Parts: sequence; C-alpha cells; structure tokens
Amino acid sequence: MVASGITRVQGGDRIKRSPPLPRSIPAAAWRLLSFFSFFGVWWLAANPWKPLASARVLPSPLTVAEAFWVHAYENLRTLDWSFALFGNDIDLVFQIPVLIHAVGVTLGRVAISFVIAMILGTIGGILMGRWGKVDFALDGWLMMGLNMPALIIGMLSFVWFGLNDTALIIAVIINKVPTVAVTVREGARAVERDLMQVARAFRLSWQKTLFKVYLPQLYPFIMAAGRSGLALLWKIILVYELLGRSSGVGYQLSTYFSMFEIKSVLAYAFSFMAVVILIEILLVRRLERRMTRWRMAS
Amino acid sequence: MNVLDVNIVEKQFPAPQGDGSVLALRGVKFSMPTGQFMCVVGPSGCGKTTLMHLTSALDADFDGSITVAGKPPGEGPALGYMFQSPRLMNWLSVLDNVRLVASPEALAAGRPERLLNDMRLGDFLHTFPNRLSGGMQRRVALARAFVNEAPLLLLDEPFISLDEPVADMLRSLLLQLWSESQSSVLFVTHDLREALFLADRVLFMSPSPGRVVLDMAIDLPRPRDAKGPALESLRRKLLAEHPSLLAGLAGAAEQPKQEAPAWS
Repeated sequence: MVASGITRVQGGDRIKRSPPLPRSIPAAAWRLLSFFSFFGVWWLAANPWKPLASARVLPSPLTVAEAFWVHAYENLRTLDWSFALFGNDIDLVFQIPVLIHAVGVTLGRVAISFVIAMILGTIGGILMGRWGKVDFALDGWLMMGLNMPALIIGMLSFVWFGLNDTALIIAVIINKVPTVAVTVREGARAVERDLMQVARAFRLSWQKTLFKVYLPQLYPFIMAAGRSGLALLWKIILVYELLGRSSGVGYQLSTYFSMFEIKSVLAYAFSFMAVVILIEILLVRRLERRMTRWRMAS
Repeated sequence: MNVLDVNIVEKQFPAPQGDGSVLALRGVKFSMPTGQFMCVVGPSGCGKTTLMHLTSALDADFDGSITVAGKPPGEGPALGYMFQSPRLMNWLSVLDNVRLVASPEALAAGRPERLLNDMRLGDFLHTFPNRLSGGMQRRVALARAFVNEAPLLLLDEPFISLDEPVADMLRSLLLQLWSESQSSVLFVTHDLREALFLADRVLFMSPSPGRVVLDMAIDLPRPRDAKGPALESLRRKLLAEHPSLLAGLAGAAEQPKQEAPAWS
C-alpha cells in the first residue's frame, strides 16, 4: 500500500506525501558547535597569557567551574524542618549544598508563579477573545499591565505586601498575566465557529466541548505564551529576589556581586540557566510536540 | 409515526447592513414519516441550510414549531449531522473523531470501529484527518453522522465540491448505510439528479424567501440506475412541467445528447 512515501487506497483516494526525514544529526552537531564556541570565545578572552581583563573581573571558564564545584558540593547549608505527623513532633535537620538550595528555592517560585499566571492569563484571554464586552472592559487594564515596568511592580508589591514570597509571586503574576492574556486572546478570536457548531449539533457535553474541541484550538497559543513566559519569568524573579528576598539565586547573586566575586556570580547564573534550558528541552518542547503533533502530520 | 414535523411561519435574519431584517423562510410546512429518505432541493440562498440549523437547534430563533420524534429540537433525541465540509477535529485521529460524538451504547457496541472498517478506513483509524484526501474525510464525517443510529440524520449538501467518481461512491455508501439502519434522512442539495437518485420524496423550495412549492414522491424502484431511462425520463418530465421552478438548479439544465453521470 505504501510506495515512495505515498499511500493509496481504493477509489482513487490518496493521502498526502510523508514529510522528509528530519536532518537531526547535522542540526544537533551545529547546535553543539555553537554552544561550545561560546565557551571557546570566553576562554580566549580570559586566557592566562594576555587576558582582556583581570581574572577577578573576567574569570576563565575553569575558574567558574571550580567556583561551581565549591557552591554545589562543598558549601553546605543546614536546614531545620519541624512538623507534626500523627501527633508526633518531628524535627528534621539536614544539610544540602547552598547552590542546590538556592536553585531549588528559585525554581519553586518560578513554578508557582508560572502556573498561576498561565491559568489566570488563559482564562482572561479566553474571556476577552470570546466576549467583546469583556475585551472592552479589561483592555485598559491589559494596556497598563503590559506597559508597567517590572521593577516598579516589584517595588510596590514588596511595599504593600511585605518582603515575603507572597509579594514576590504576586508581582511576578501581575507581570506575566497580561502577556499570556494577549496571546491567548488572539487564539480565542481565531477559534473556528464551524467546529463549535459540530459540538452543538452532536450535543457534546461541556467537558468534551472544552477539552476536545475548544482548548485544542488554543494549544498553540497557550504553548507560545508558556514558552515566552518561562523565558521572561525567571529573569524577573531573579531581580525580585535581589530586590526583596533573602534566599534564592537572585539573593546569592546580589551577595556575591556586593563582594565583587564575579566567579561565583557566573557560577550561580550558569547553574540556573542550565536548569531552565533543561526544562525547556526536556519538558516544554516535548509537551509542545505532543500537543501539536497533528500539525506536523500535515 | 412522523420523525419530523416542521411548521415554520417565518424565519428572519438581521440585515447585514443597518436596520431591518431579511426574510429567509416563510410558510415551510411538511412532515416526514419514520424511515423516509427526503431531499430538499432549491437554488442557492433559498434557506436550505437555515432549515437544517432550525431542525438541529443550532438556531432556535424563528416563528413556528418544529418537533423531532414528538419533541422540540434540542430536547428530543440527538441527531446525526453531516455538514457541507467535513468539519473534523484535526488534532484527533480518525477513530477519535467518530468516538468523540458516539454515545456510550455505540462505544460499547464498537460501532465507530465497525463503521470505519465498513467504509474501508480500517487502515487509517489512527491517522490524523489532515493526512487524508477530501473523499476519505467525507467518509469519516459520514461515519460520524451514522455512529449513534440517530432517528434523524441531517445531511447538508455533504458531497458538494467532490469529483464525480468520489461523490458517486459516497452516495452509494450513504444509501447502503441508510438501508441498513432505522434512520430517516433529510438531505439538502441543489442538484436535481442527486435528489432523484437518492430520495423517496423531494421537497422543492422557491428562491428566497424559501417556501415549499412542490412536494413529490419518487416512486422509482431501488436500486436506481443514474444512467437509466427511468430516472432520466422523470427528470425530463419535471423539467417540462415545472421549467420556472427548476431554473437555476444543478442537473436541471437540458443536455440533449449527453448521458447522466455514472452514479452507480
């Protein structure tokens, strides 16, 4: 039935030609080359014979790697965790590397604020895209949210809600919700009425209509909002941690910056970047591929 | 027992520009016995699709009454529907598209798989619709319309813009599914030949505002031969008796030396 990439069936019907195989190996090699070339240029700039700046200002990749090892393995932080379980007071004391703890704390803040911002932004975008009156009513708020500097939102949030995680997460959400809402609103405007008519004609339940007919049309927009949001969100969180928190990667960056210890600043920065890139590759891209695989079939 | 009773006094739409309204249907009244295959024929814009929307409760804003199996549309049994375009969910596989609308009983009986296999789509159950040809997509839509063995199926020019051989195959498939089911079919078309080939009864509608101007039983025996003299003679008789009524319909034009297309 399959010949030369074309599948034929009886009655003269024909399905479309299969897409050519992706040239994954050369593309991956190019990406790796690009990645390592960055470190090569850095090493050349910081070479021990004729560096562009002093080792204190521009440490070499190896120096930063040593600093990473110290923070990720040797510098330990003691955590004391007390809680009640079945009427017994339990007190857990354990030690973890400072860098791992800081990355974990920041990642937790990223996760919480990302999920809440995506949910609120998606709901807002759907409502605005679906009903013109809601769009008119919220458009002014959206414009304000999109144009308000992130730094000011963070400062005001810390002033109004205190120097705590709640204030930080609220500030991040206020920053992120408008951008998600704008993207999802475009998706909601593009939803095909014809397909919604199919759901009504066959009297599908609201759950089936929402999850099988409506939301799949929005997935590309939600994924686009999620990807751009994640990239923006963790950078904002680092600034807010630097501004008003005493834990997390942002706080560590501020500490080492005040001591002018650039190797530690870079060690923390690259650690967190690596984690975010891993999340992008292992989670976000796979999720996107899964949700939009039908498009790749066309 | 009638599966469908229609008595539309008036159906209006807001005028596209400015105030006022446009009258789409007026005085459309007919009943449809259970098991009948009825075609509604009329020129473009006469309100055929509007009639289908009112019957399926996609639009409930009209003066008059419609009952499906004795109940208002939307409150009675769910209907099967096939639109002018396949309207498949491209993110669901062929099988999932049919399963999406299938009732628990149909799912338990494995009707989606059986119907798709009967339609020679067994090798494409897990294929996304956007990889299928137009004819295959219509077959999936046809399976979706029949999957629940609904008492009434609404087919709104379902084979429009297809190549004749493919449309011909789908018409035969439709008649086969209908004869094996207990369903009644309300089939809208603007093609006279198609209506005479398929229907037990044909309603002819006037140009806008649409109203029923001729209600005619088709007594030709089944299976029918689209190229046969009986169908062609009926078509010529209709043209002779109602030339103004049939003007503008596809398949109504005189073609003295040309045979009808091969539909069977």
